[in-house]
Amino acid sequence: MSVLSLNGKNFEEEVLKSTKPVLIDFWASWCGPCKMMSPVIDEIADDLKGEVKVCKINIDEEQSLAVKYNVMSIPTFIVFKNGKEAARSVGVQDKSEIVNMLKV
Amino acid sequence: MFDVVIIGSGPAGISAAIYLKRAKKNIIIISNGKSSLEKAEKIENYYGIESISGKELYEVGIKQAERLSIPIQMDEVTNISFENNFIVTTPNREYETTNVIIATGTNRITPSIKGIKEFEGKGVSYCAICDAFFYKNKNVAVIGNGNYALHEAKQLKPVANSVTILTNGKEMIQNRDASDFEIEQTPIREFRGTNSIEEVEFENNNTKKIDGVFVAIGTASSTDLAKKIGAIVKNNNIAVDENMQTNVKGLYACGDCTGGLLQVNKAVYEGAKAAMNIIINKKGE
Repeated sequence: MSVLSLNGKNFEEEVLKSTKPVLIDFWASWCGPCKMMSPVIDEIADDLKGEVKVCKINIDEEQSLAVKYNVMSIPTFIVFKNGKEAARSVGVQDKSEIVNMLKV
Repeated sequence: MFDVVIIGSGPAGISAAIYLKRAKKNIIIISNGKSSLEKAEKIENYYGIESISGKELYEVGIKQAERLSIPIQMDEVTNISFENNFIVTTPNREYETTNVIIATGTNRITPSIKGIKEFEGKGVSYCAICDAFFYKNKNVAVIGNGNYALHEAKQLKPVANSVTILTNGKEMIQNRDASDFEIEQTPIREFRGTNSIEEVEFENNNTKKIDGVFVAIGTASSTDLAKKIGAIVKNNNIAVDENMQTNVKGLYACGDCTGGLLQVNKAVYEGAKAAMNIIINKKGE
């Protein structure tokens, strides 16, 4: 499993400067729906290994990132391409819908 | 500890209960006593029954369950969560169970107050447990006047700076927990703000500063419950597989809340299908 935990220090390097598309899962330990999505995100990381960078942000620990990217509800999934937000979805989703976000 | 908690006592819920009871499962039905079936004046397209009123059919279904000694608890489900097992919460108790069947029909009530639609995701939320965190030390309101509104207000209380229940002109239900909250009964005119909600204006021209509004009118709808636990909802219907199971293992949905034909026959089939899958899965373990 190759899911990277992001924080205020590595965000720029890992996301904004990434040459690959980046999928970020904003989550928290108290969020039931996030727990349901966690294995799905892990699967996507395995399926698309090498093509896509899959990351998680624990919003309890990284509140400023949640605020900066206007995350108002979790789980929120954001895809970054070339340092810019390319797609976003809020709430539990099918695996295929998340994968489709990466194709935008 | 139950094998299955069934939420709803309409055709889908009762049908599931009959199959499960015959397979000797430990089950309980939790019902708020309301069914859209009761509103159907005449049903004349159901196989084997020439003509029956919806109310009569609903009542026969309940009697049928009672004859099989299926317990039916009149109560209102305000939350479903998961900690090793499912926990189904009502104002009166918690039910621990291996499986849950949501068979509550469709009843989401979106208020037609100006600003609600516009600020969805920008201060308007339908799930306190999902979104409370984002209102840390902020002033929030809950729209509603029943147990569900109180449940949502309680979720927000430890996090938010203040929680006001807006009943929008209605009386608050009698509940000992209601005294923990500021309750505003004045009818609401609109919610206002620039990028997100900033204030509520009442019909008497008074305003109140708020950062967020949680909608919890009436009872928790099927999709409200599904979302709280992380089941996929598409076009306001709960998404299920061919066995009526949601993406959450052990959580099933059947009847009107899964969309498609809003017909008794479809609800009956789906209840049976969910029950059969639970019975088969149990045996396989």
